[in-house]
Amino acid sequence: MAVVVGWLYACAVFLILRRSVLRLIIGLVLLTSAANLLIFTAANLKRGTPAIVPLGATQPAVGYSDPLPQALILTAIVIGFGTLAFTLVLVYRAYKTLGTDDLDAMKSTDT
Amino acid sequence: MSSLILRTTLRLILPILLLYSVFLFFRGHNHVGGGFTGGLVAGAGFALYALAYRVSDLKQLIKIEPQTLLSVGLLISLVAGLIPVLGNKNFLSGEWITISMPRFGDIALGTPLLFELGVYLVVVGATLTILMNLMEE
Amino acid sequence: MTLLPLLPILIPLGTAIVSLLLRGRKNAMRRIGVAGTVLLLMAAIALLVVVRRDGIQVVQVGGWVAPFGISIVVDLFSAIMVLMAAIMGFLVCIYSLGDIDKDREKFGYYPFYHFLLMGICGTFITGDIFNLYVWFEVMLLSSFILLTLGGERGQMEGAIKYVSLNLLSSSIFLAALGLLYGVSGTLNMADLAVRLHSDVPQVLATTVAMLFMVAFGIKAALFPLFFWLPASYHTPPVAVTAIFSGLLTKVGVYSLVRVFTLLFTQEISYTHTILLVFAGLTMVTGVLGAVAQNEIRRLLSFHIISQIGYLLMGLGIYTTLALTGVIFFMVHVIFAKSALFLVSGIAGRMKGTFDLNQLGGLYRDHPVLSALFLIAALSLAGLPPFSGFFAKLILVEAGMASHRWWIVGVALGTGFLTLFSMTKIWTMAFWKPKPQDAPAEVCRRVGWTYWTPLLILVVFTVLFGLGAQPLLALSEEAARQLMDPQKYIHSVLGAL
Repeated sequence: MAVVVGWLYACAVFLILRRSVLRLIIGLVLLTSAANLLIFTAANLKRGTPAIVPLGATQPAVGYSDPLPQALILTAIVIGFGTLAFTLVLVYRAYKTLGTDDLDAMKSTDT
Repeated sequence: MSSLILRTTLRLILPILLLYSVFLFFRGHNHVGGGFTGGLVAGAGFALYALAYRVSDLKQLIKIEPQTLLSVGLLISLVAGLIPVLGNKNFLSGEWITISMPRFGDIALGTPLLFELGVYLVVVGATLTILMNLMEE
Repeated sequence: MTLLPLLPILIPLGTAIVSLLLRGRKNAMRRIGVAGTVLLLMAAIALLVVVRRDGIQVVQVGGWVAPFGISIVVDLFSAIMVLMAAIMGFLVCIYSLGDIDKDREKFGYYPFYHFLLMGICGTFITGDIFNLYVWFEVMLLSSFILLTLGGERGQMEGAIKYVSLNLLSSSIFLAALGLLYGVSGTLNMADLAVRLHSDVPQVLATTVAMLFMVAFGIKAALFPLFFWLPASYHTPPVAVTAIFSGLLTKVGVYSLVRVFTLLFTQEISYTHTILLVFAGLTMVTGVLGAVAQNEIRRLLSFHIISQIGYLLMGLGIYTTLALTGVIFFMVHVIFAKSALFLVSGIAGRMKGTFDLNQLGGLYRDHPVLSALFLIAALSLAGLPPFSGFFAKLILVEAGMASHRWWIVGVALGTGFLTLFSMTKIWTMAFWKPKPQDAPAEVCRRVGWTYWTPLLILVVFTVLFGLGAQPLLALSEEAARQLMDPQKYIHSVLGAL
């Protein structure tokens, strides 16, 4: 798992450093996924029973899995989905207005 | 796109998808499911419709603007969060009432359900907004 | 009242919803927009009064007790920041009435404006670090939309840079969160503060702290990570720039202050020294960048960066006096900076250009505007009797008290260069006779919606200069709370 996370980060960084805007966006998406998997790994997510207290008991059954990382990842995925949709529209509009997807050509606001 | 196969299957699939989304929505009451997944399924169904026909057809089908759907959903969720405050509880606490229905037995209705309904509408509205914007380009 | 601490989120949310529903009806949207900010302002004032009287306010959302549920925690620092957000929200909303064109209004400027305010207030009052992430995203998404509304060429370019760098910082933040949860097993900030000081190995805590520093550093435009700011801030309409410059980077600073006073105080000599070094570099690069600019809004954008340096300097020194300075400076810089942006907006609106080489003769034509600019500019540069003087005085004093002479030197030098670049705007835009090739004047007068917010901001900066004592006392109280995290922890976890 850790290797996968590392590999994803490497790919993401490589893509982010490219000049094409689309690659940049894909890189950012990979980066979010990598971060999600990182939460997955770091928080020790494993198979287990749901963390629900059975009727009549005061504690959840033994071997329950921590529900919080799942909630975190789900939230992060939803947010990532929203931002991804927005950035795609943005990139498309930018491509139409600027006529290029090369980051090096987008310099008019720098000077 | 105008694939005959897609259009024909869609007639079958779309009602099923929508029903399934409602099912998921209510299942979220006590099991896996809920407004978010339900809303996504419904959104996916509408996306399929827009693929098979045109976006303008989808607009005619829904008739309500997706942004309105979105804001109504937000409003419902907000109200659901505020109801418990009237009962002097914390924001977003669950308030339940039990309705006894003949034949069905007791049904517990609560603010979480209302909140989920809001989420459902927000998700449908948001997916439709994104979809329409992207496909109209 | 259990609802009061939540009002800063609920009011903007409600306003945004109502104005979304009223889409297409321009006047209704405007009225709702202003009404929402007025309500927010009243709620914020009430909140500050209550927090000052009764101490830290805690609400456990949904009735789930801490550390299991999400807590909303408002201490004095949060309350002050919420009030600042509300004031700016109100003033800039009025300014927007004139400045934002019809297309943008139609597309939903006001709803997203309120979503932005909701996100900002949310970050200020949350007591849960993952919730902080969520509010950040709410704020970012609305800021993306506000930044791109209109879709002009420059906006698109700026937006791509802004969006990609902010997404980068968000994912670093997320990764840091994951690791933090991995090592400590909790996300509630008060609970985290307890566990980070007892259970978690120091090395791990410091590593995570560095990740947080990078993530928030990008948002706050800290030294090596600030490039997105001058590339994007000057592209949208001035109203948007004013609210961004007033609040967005300050949210980054707020998070840094919160995290580095509450959570990561294990190895102050290491983490806070790094902060201090970066603060110095931020000041210098920001002001040097500003000196080189010829466009008013870009020049002012660079100044935002150098002011962030001052704020972090206080955090880096990490004494009660220094944090007092941070809070005072925060209030001062939000007013002064936004006032300057509004001046530039009015000047640009009148003359049709923001280029210093083409501007000129403003002093002859518009003496009142010039006077207002001069006050705000001198205040920013830190001259008495305006608010900037006391803000810088406290920080410098704190620096000397802790024997960090070099940062004091840097701070004073930066103040000098700030004055220099303000003089540049003054001579080029106001004193210089109108150049031959200047574009024709667009309009001679602008309406009250432009003047009122500017006037109020300038009055504030003068007031806080002449009568600094009440604000100073308030800041000191807030700083004491920050330096004593036990109180914070106790009011969150103790209220079980």
